[in-house]
Amino acid sequence: MTAPARTPEAADVRTPAIDARGLTVRYGDVLALDGADLALDPGTVCALLGANGSGKSTLFSALIGLVPLAAGQVRLHGRTPDRARKEGLVAYVPQSERIDQAFPVRVADVVMMGRYGHMGPTRRPRRADRDAVDAALERTGLTGLAHRQIGALSGGQRKRAFVARGIAQGADVFLLDEPFAGVDKGSEATITDVLGAMRAEGRTLLVSTHDLAGVGGFCDRAVLLQRRVLADGPPEEVLTPERLAGAFGLGPAGPAAPAAPTGGAQEGESPWTR
Amino acid sequence: MDALNALAEWFTVPLQFDFMWRAMLVSVVAGTVCAVLSCWMTLIGWSLLGDAVSHAVLPGVVLSYMLGLPFAVGALVFGAGSVALIGVVNRTSRVKEDAVIGVVFTAMFAVGVLLVSKIPSQTDLMHILFGNVLGVSDGDIVQVLAAGAVVLAVVLAKHRDLTLYAFDRVHAHAIGLSPRRLEALLLGLLAVTVVVALQAVGIILVVAMVIVPGATAYLLTDRFERMLAIAVAVSVTASVLGTYLSFHLDAATGGAVVAVQALAFALAYLFAPHHGVAAGALRRARQARAARAGRAPAGTAVP
Repeated sequence: MTAPARTPEAADVRTPAIDARGLTVRYGDVLALDGADLALDPGTVCALLGANGSGKSTLFSALIGLVPLAAGQVRLHGRTPDRARKEGLVAYVPQSERIDQAFPVRVADVVMMGRYGHMGPTRRPRRADRDAVDAALERTGLTGLAHRQIGALSGGQRKRAFVARGIAQGADVFLLDEPFAGVDKGSEATITDVLGAMRAEGRTLLVSTHDLAGVGGFCDRAVLLQRRVLADGPPEEVLTPERLAGAFGLGPAGPAAPAAPTGGAQEGESPWTR
Repeated sequence: MDALNALAEWFTVPLQFDFMWRAMLVSVVAGTVCAVLSCWMTLIGWSLLGDAVSHAVLPGVVLSYMLGLPFAVGALVFGAGSVALIGVVNRTSRVKEDAVIGVVFTAMFAVGVLLVSKIPSQTDLMHILFGNVLGVSDGDIVQVLAAGAVVLAVVLAKHRDLTLYAFDRVHAHAIGLSPRRLEALLLGLLAVTVVVALQAVGIILVVAMVIVPGATAYLLTDRFERMLAIAVAVSVTASVLGTYLSFHLDAATGGAVVAVQALAFALAYLFAPHHGVAAGALRRARQARAARAGRAPAGTAVP
């Protein structure tokens, strides 16, 4: 695999891979995001941390233009979300629960779905598409499982299948929703390796996760979200007990409270329930 | 030998009648088209919506009849209209979606029944409700073949997109496709398919035709291509057997076809190799026995 060649702009460090400013999203009366800012340079791996209902999923949805913005704007490599989607720039790796595991598709079929944006109207695979799928399967270590039904994989293998879909797509920006939830340690290491190799190619990864222990290991950045960004910086600076306690609502819930009472949240522990 | 002859006659005697050939043609075409669509309906979980749309098109079909238009035109207008109405009421009231669907489709159906009962016509419009495949006219056959061909052609061209829509809408959106447009396409296909099937089984039973074959096939395989093939095979068999039964018993064809489909589903539900009730019971019994007998050889548990 070579670095993504379709986006020469990706080499221009002036243009952030993700540039979101003042994102505000309402669902009826509920304020899901309240002026969230996020800017990631190409080749960054950033952890997105926050309690349930902190707006992580909404932020992902906003980045791909799935929810209307009450305020703010999104640019992916300088493009509108609409443009970026049409160019196949952005891949979304779903949470396990969002996928119907009994759905009658095989792993290779799922990965091929990453190519649909490159195909003609009937999505008939050509040589290049099949090659891209094979390469993506190989990189994620799924070649031997290509013909399994998607539900017959382990949790970690299934995650890799959806990462492979994004690789086959040729995406530059990956949004990974809880990639380590329900994944055993061995699979976690494999996923981390794959993500590390993707970063080395200059791809940008935004990873929502509850796994605080893993964050320091492979993320360059960590962002703490509670409807807006509470903290943003190197993991060791963001993952302080005080900040985590504030974000995970051990104190009074709310976007304020940068100096929430010191709670029992320790790195490597999950004090909240899913 | 006599039994064999009797069986052969059971199948051959009705074929002396021209109307049986026509009925068989319509039933088989309707069975095929409905079965193909039923695979996506089952996987998306659209049985209730399928029920709604298939009933809500009734006024459109009746009005098309009055105006001398193809039934598909009225069906498309009222199918799309009822789905839009469901969406509007759902967004602008506190009533839950399933109740909205129930209200809208029964209201449309009621209007259709009123129209059927009040409009004077040479042919009996009740046939729209209950089907009349043993008496289809040439015009009906042309409509069935044309609408069926359109649905199959569109599905053939777009089947990969439809499966993507059923499997992962967010990904479809993320790679620049329009899940909304795919949803509209599928609903449009459903409305036209209703027109194909109502000639065979009547509008009341159409929903069975677009759900049961897919649900049956889903019990029998984990592969989508096989699911399509099995659904079509089940549905066509039911269409043929049902039409024969209807002839011999002098009973309603629609009821006979759907009853055979339901029987096929029941068999699959009980005896499907992996996903059937019997297979599940056997598996559990074997596991229990292994647990009781073994216990020692750790790691031999069924994965």
